[in-house]
Amino acid sequence: MSLNLEDVARIALLSRIELSPAERASTRDQLNGILGFIEQLQAVDTTGIEPMAHAVDVVQRLRPDVVTETDRRADFQAVAPETEAGLYLVPRVVE
Amino acid sequence: MSDLFNSSLRELSAALAAKKVSAVELASLFLDRIDRLNPGLNAFIALDRDKTLAQARAADEVRKIGAGVTAISPLCGIPLAHKDIFCTKGWRTSCGSKILENFVSPYDAHVVEKLAAAGMVTLGKLNMDEFAMGSSNETSYFGPVQNPWDVSRVPGGSSGGSAAAIAARLAPAATGTDTGGSIRQPAALCGLTGLKPTYGAVSRYGMIAFASSLDQAGPMAKSAEDCALLLNAMAGFDPRDSTSLERSTEDYARDLEQPLAGLRIGLPKEFFGEGMDADVRAAVEAALAEYRKLGATAIEVALPNSGLSVPAYYVIAPAEASSNLSRFDGVRYGYRAPEYDDLNDMYSKSRAQGFGAEVKRRILIGTYVLSHGYYDAYYLKAQKIRRLIAADFVEAFKHCDVIMGPTSPSVAFAFGAKSADPVQMYLSDIYTISTNLAGLPGMSLPCGFGNNNMPVGLQIIGNWFGEAKMLNVAHQYQKATDWHLRMPSLAGAAQ
Repeated sequence: MSLNLEDVARIALLSRIELSPAERASTRDQLNGILGFIEQLQAVDTTGIEPMAHAVDVVQRLRPDVVTETDRRADFQAVAPETEAGLYLVPRVVE
Repeated sequence: MSDLFNSSLRELSAALAAKKVSAVELASLFLDRIDRLNPGLNAFIALDRDKTLAQARAADEVRKIGAGVTAISPLCGIPLAHKDIFCTKGWRTSCGSKILENFVSPYDAHVVEKLAAAGMVTLGKLNMDEFAMGSSNETSYFGPVQNPWDVSRVPGGSSGGSAAAIAARLAPAATGTDTGGSIRQPAALCGLTGLKPTYGAVSRYGMIAFASSLDQAGPMAKSAEDCALLLNAMAGFDPRDSTSLERSTEDYARDLEQPLAGLRIGLPKEFFGEGMDADVRAAVEAALAEYRKLGATAIEVALPNSGLSVPAYYVIAPAEASSNLSRFDGVRYGYRAPEYDDLNDMYSKSRAQGFGAEVKRRILIGTYVLSHGYYDAYYLKAQKIRRLIAADFVEAFKHCDVIMGPTSPSVAFAFGAKSADPVQMYLSDIYTISTNLAGLPGMSLPCGFGNNNMPVGLQIIGNWFGEAKMLNVAHQYQKATDWHLRMPSLAGAAQ
């Protein structure tokens, strides 16, 4: 399976990474090189094998539903590109 | 005092305890070396002398008046440096990326917090491949790191800054992270000792995430003994990391002095076939001969699926990375493009301008393998193969105590030698990746020199939670040999 330019444009959109038309061709070739390399996995018989999501089989830990964090909004917003009155500013999304 | 730049952590600890040197003097010694040597190496990408010296003064105070109810840590007052993947409060934490070029962390990673609580003094932040994606430190936004053994060669990656800093004796120890070999491979290429613990032994809290099911922090230093002391201070349960393991505290140095008589070393035949350079093979085989002299026996074991580890990794790691790196959206922190039309355009432009080429490639691949219609064929398939790879190790460890082989198929290569072809670069981690997929602990230690007098690393793979055994096996070798004491001439010449 190899990717064409439309596939690359769609993946870039899903990834929210802008690619110029000029970058698309070289990206397609590099991605196809990597996909060609991982293609060898398809030849392996994995019938009946449980997927392994994690290196160590652990059960998700639960904790009591109590407040453990203090309010550090000012600290965290100090590193944001644009804030106002305690809110993060982004371009208008609702007209 | 001036020879302390080449001392072990135990020697530094003893010198501090005996008041032969203060933490401030020690920090100044290394900061001065950094000033002289770092411009030619690019290992450090953030320095703050005032912050470092303030921490050193506090450590001197603790040594003077005591730490209160707890005992003074043997590490109190010893300097170290952090890979820039660890959030460090008040320090610029860039992860080697333009997208975090101006990010000053508002909090400490668990590892940073624990080492600071022990009284260790932060010398600065270390260069790395962008978001830990690379095996040569050539993907850093802040430029490549030079290998102190030969500045025309790479130091390995992604913890290349950590490795170069210790090799040049700009820091006695450093933190690193290992997702597919990022502690062990640079340790091998720079002639150091580095350890990747069992997955879950060290908290990932505050460590900028690359591939969450594989990422693990560990120590890098000159010897196994130093690594044991550091791991004692780094490991332990942390409720803030959902995969941190609740295990009782252990002393990783407890078995260092155990003799090796009767040790069974497993040699995977897949690690000794084609693909390993002759100079690496010669050094590794000489190390195995040394182990036989120490009373160990070597047996052949099989890891029949290990050849699938690199392709499986290049599905799993990019998939997890594409999800983890979605947080860099130019809204809450990090770079935002100066001009854009709407919200989606802001995301797409900020990420296009903020991420480097390798990071973008991995996000794109990861997005693709997780996308509708392809998940089963790639991600689920790779996870099944991951199970097969882990099962091979379970079988192998029925017959041996540790597994050994090369860390890297070659010594440090020249800049640009592999950067044009991503797949060639990925294959530099062919011997290290399977341990990450299985969650096993692994180490690299120096075992000689290969072509062009570049260091060669011996890899030790331990059973799950077998860190103390691995460290014992490494320490006994280091008592019998002196490869780990060799230092590049530029480090010695700087006095």
